[in-house]
Amino acid sequence: MFPMVSSALGLINKFLEWFGDLGIFFWQVVRAAVTPPFAFRELFRQLDEVGSMSLPLVALAGAATGIVLSLEARYSLTRFGAKSLLPAAIVFSVIHETGPIITGLVVSGRVGAGIGAELASMKVTEQIDAIEASAVNPYRLLAAPRILACILMLPLLTLAADLCGLLMGWVTQALVEPLSLRQFIDSGFKGADFNDFLPPTFKTMVFGLIIGLIACFQGMRTRGGAAGVGRAATSSVVLSSLFVILADVVLVKLILIFFP
Amino acid sequence: MDTIDQVAVKRGEAEKDSSAPAIAVEDLHKSFGSQKVLNGISLAVSRGETLAVLGRSGTGKSVLLRLIIGLEKPDSGSVRIHGQDIVGLALDQLGEIRMKMGFLFQHAALYDSLTVEQNVAFPLQHHKKEMSKSEHGDRVKQLLTEVGMEGDLEKMPSDISGGMQKRVGLARALALEPDILLLDEPTAGLDPISAAEINDLVLKLQEEHHMASIVVTHDLHSAKTIAGRLALINEGNVVIEGSFEELQNSDIEFVREFLKHS
Repeated sequence: MFPMVSSALGLINKFLEWFGDLGIFFWQVVRAAVTPPFAFRELFRQLDEVGSMSLPLVALAGAATGIVLSLEARYSLTRFGAKSLLPAAIVFSVIHETGPIITGLVVSGRVGAGIGAELASMKVTEQIDAIEASAVNPYRLLAAPRILACILMLPLLTLAADLCGLLMGWVTQALVEPLSLRQFIDSGFKGADFNDFLPPTFKTMVFGLIIGLIACFQGMRTRGGAAGVGRAATSSVVLSSLFVILADVVLVKLILIFFP
Repeated sequence: MDTIDQVAVKRGEAEKDSSAPAIAVEDLHKSFGSQKVLNGISLAVSRGETLAVLGRSGTGKSVLLRLIIGLEKPDSGSVRIHGQDIVGLALDQLGEIRMKMGFLFQHAALYDSLTVEQNVAFPLQHHKKEMSKSEHGDRVKQLLTEVGMEGDLEKMPSDISGGMQKRVGLARALALEPDILLLDEPTAGLDPISAAEINDLVLKLQEEHHMASIVVTHDLHSAKTIAGRLALINEGNVVIEGSFEELQNSDIEFVREFLKHS
């Protein structure tokens, strides 16, 4: 019994220590990000890396989700005699939840692993130490642009995922029975307002913060050669995905409270 | 009312002393977990002087250099650069001090996504913004010529040998015209001819730039060649400090043992 308790306490202690270190890391990044000189060139490079490079994957994931959602919703709503609600069900599901969360998870996989592995590799080969030894703040040069790029790009990628999801949702319906895009949009967006659209899209900025912050943190604290790089990449993806899902729970509740 | 940072900067300026040694380390302690690496070590190096720090592998020689440039924080003790204590300084304040220091890493630590030219230009691009692009280019060429790498500007670090990487690392370390140079195992892993070339290069640069240097090595021949003074460390502290002849004449068992096997 006692070894179990002590190992549980050890785990809690480790988690709290990790969380404290993450908080200190975040503070260092914020301090570096708001004081000049600003690393604009690196920010633009990261906007391209996070945004343009993730677009095909996010669009594909959004499209696949739209098709699955359309097939499932058709089956369920037809069973309960509510087939007329099909476009609205697809639109609301995609915009409210599946678009943002799928984007968050796809980006945490692609970008989280990329950032984690890149920075970890730089860390174990002493390149980050060399940056610091050259009197350049690595939080300003490496972490801040990557985190900011994730924050700025997630809502835009979410729009792309939403668009592809809705289009493929419509195509899937149109293949089964005649339904014009106009009819789909009119019926789907009936009764929808900006509160249905903006908060779920902008909540992905928090996902971006989580993905960028955790990936940079895991990468820049790596130790132990090639194995350390692998561990950093894996833990970046696992932890950022986990925290994106947990944050989504909180954010959905907050959105329901503040944007009823 | 001054902020804490402003007070720290003023304190630092007040502490600066032109007569102080370029590098002064006092009663430095450093542990990693339960492993004690440095145990109250004290050293001082003046401008124009080169100190070689010798010792067995894993005795904290590289850690000492990392503490001097602020990449690690000591558990206790002080590190003074031109009289200013750098322990506890914020990253940006430390940056001011680091601009006067050049650091050659054991494995050169070149940025693997940048060319040789871009590696050497990196400190200039961040700290010499008043210089034009062509002035940066000229300075990079001059530095690479000094280390004999003027023909490899466009090469990537992965395309050049270990010795060449160290030369480029040395050029990068000299880019901001530092008055302190820290060299971590400059000849480790090199063949005898490349090692001799690096030794000659370091000697030439020291003569030309008149810097205060610390060379960490376990290569006694290299230490003898490039340093006027040697310090042998064991179990986290200095066992003996002096000229090569003083080390040779020492009666200390560890010193005799070390010299016998070097």
